[in-house]
Amino acid sequence: MANNHEYDEISKSAKIKDIAGKTVTYILLSIWGIIVLFPFYWMILTSFKSYSSYNSEFVPKFYPVSPTIQNYIDAFTTVSLSRYLLNTAIFTIVTTAVMLVVTTLAAFAFARLKFKGKNIVFVLFLALMMIPNELVIITNFVTVTNLDMRNSFPGLILPSVASVFYIYLLKENFEAIPDNLYYAAKVDGTSDFKYLVKVMVPIARPTLVTIIILKVIECWNSYVWPRLITDDPKYFLVSNGIQEIRENGFGRENIPAMMAAVVVISLPLIVLFLVFRKTVMTGVSRGGTKG
Amino acid sequence: MESTFKSNLKAWLYLLPALVFLGVFMIYPLVDVFIYSFEEGYNSASQTSFGTGIYNYSYVLHDPYFLQALKNTLILVAITVPTSTILSLLISLGLNKITKLKELFQTVYFLPYVTNTLAVGLVFMILFKKTAYTDGLVNLLITAFGGKSVDFIEGPYWAKMMVLCIYTIWIVMPFKVLVLTSSLASVNPIYYSAARVDGTSNTRIFFRITLPMISPMIFYLVITGFIGAFKAYSDAVALFGTDLNVAEMNTIVGYVYDMLYGDSGGYPSYASAAAIILFTIVLTITVINLLVRNKSNLVQK
Repeated sequence: MANNHEYDEISKSAKIKDIAGKTVTYILLSIWGIIVLFPFYWMILTSFKSYSSYNSEFVPKFYPVSPTIQNYIDAFTTVSLSRYLLNTAIFTIVTTAVMLVVTTLAAFAFARLKFKGKNIVFVLFLALMMIPNELVIITNFVTVTNLDMRNSFPGLILPSVASVFYIYLLKENFEAIPDNLYYAAKVDGTSDFKYLVKVMVPIARPTLVTIIILKVIECWNSYVWPRLITDDPKYFLVSNGIQEIRENGFGRENIPAMMAAVVVISLPLIVLFLVFRKTVMTGVSRGGTKG
Repeated sequence: MESTFKSNLKAWLYLLPALVFLGVFMIYPLVDVFIYSFEEGYNSASQTSFGTGIYNYSYVLHDPYFLQALKNTLILVAITVPTSTILSLLISLGLNKITKLKELFQTVYFLPYVTNTLAVGLVFMILFKKTAYTDGLVNLLITAFGGKSVDFIEGPYWAKMMVLCIYTIWIVMPFKVLVLTSSLASVNPIYYSAARVDGTSNTRIFFRITLPMISPMIFYLVITGFIGAFKAYSDAVALFGTDLNVAEMNTIVGYVYDMLYGDSGGYPSYASAAAIILFTIVLTITVINLLVRNKSNLVQK
């Protein structure tokens, strides 16, 4: 059958074309993968090189000749890295916790309760979503300075506990919960608050997790507000801490020790991400904006 | 009557924490920033001003540091937004073509999103920096290919701008790739099958099916990309240190903060005027984008 033969030829050449295309795709994707990973590789590599061997390599080696953990010891002893980490952990946990309470209560009021002026207030809330942080940070700086809350945790935390976007996200989720549940609970004599805690919060758990993840990433990386509001290194978060280490840290330009600090600072979020990979990625695609 | 009052009160109580925080840290500052920006000669120590007017705006617009910051920001936007959008589209297309190792690639590509901008910026700095001991890896590569080495961190303007653009793109890619990949995967495969049956070429499929189907997402990414790039600041600090004016690498947001705080700080009025100018620029571009999009939709229909 001539036709069949011709068909075989076509499908064979299509297959070869397909394989060639796939190979090229894999090569290009790998190149981008290397570009993404290289800085991570470089910082880990450098952090294990000793100060003298780093500075004696005009052409840097791609493997540590005599790996040392001295840089990590330096990072924790000669600069206050552990304090920066502790501060950031406190800041992140407290901010996220308070934000969750504020957000849940407000979202519940908008989604479930009936009250006068609800629509107007909600529209105002939505309008606030368009206000960039840069516009309000100037007055906040003055407010917090006047309240004498510079160099304190309340001053760091309070301005970032209310987020309109998260209230909106959670409200949408709360509204999707069927009314019947609420009425059934009412008949059973359940109070609104108990209903919120026992029924709505568990149902909306995925959204709450999303919000937590986004907030934790934001807190761990926050730089501008902490920089404005703290000049006492006792209250520095990691971003300002690393800047401080870079400018006044290890005395001489000790790049391997600096890289050890960078590794320590980067590790918590990366571990968190690798453990909760799926949740983080869905969460960010639902509500992330960085970039 | 009594019960409506009570339920009203209860609802407001639930809203109270959010209202207090937003009132103090968002609504009041929003009003205040406009007031600041029109108060001339405001003195933060005595909290007095000479009068009201547009002097602060005119000062900012004539300040060489602001103009430098504006220029830097515009160049950064013009380079990074198109480059990162196109690059992320290509990567997402590639990701959607493969099945093996797809998750691994996706995980790797996402990593820059969860890193501390200030910390990883230091790694970029040492890769590009020239020191007494070494020219830095990038310069060694350039010389290996016969080029001339250049100090990217303290050298000529274009070199510094290039590093800033590269780092910014590296930082913003994860979000774009993530969003575009899921958007591409959600295109109904029936369109592709139908096109293949008709013998449509791959290029034609891309421009006639894929691109129109995901254009809302691309559009969203372009807008958020514009807004994000206009607010660039911490990437520049990560590479060039806190004294960005000396490095000629300041951005508009950096100018606002420098006016507010630090060695050159103490001028909330100038900072406010600069912040409002930034907000106006971003708003204008967003509106133009929306108009262009509506128009192109009309043309298609």
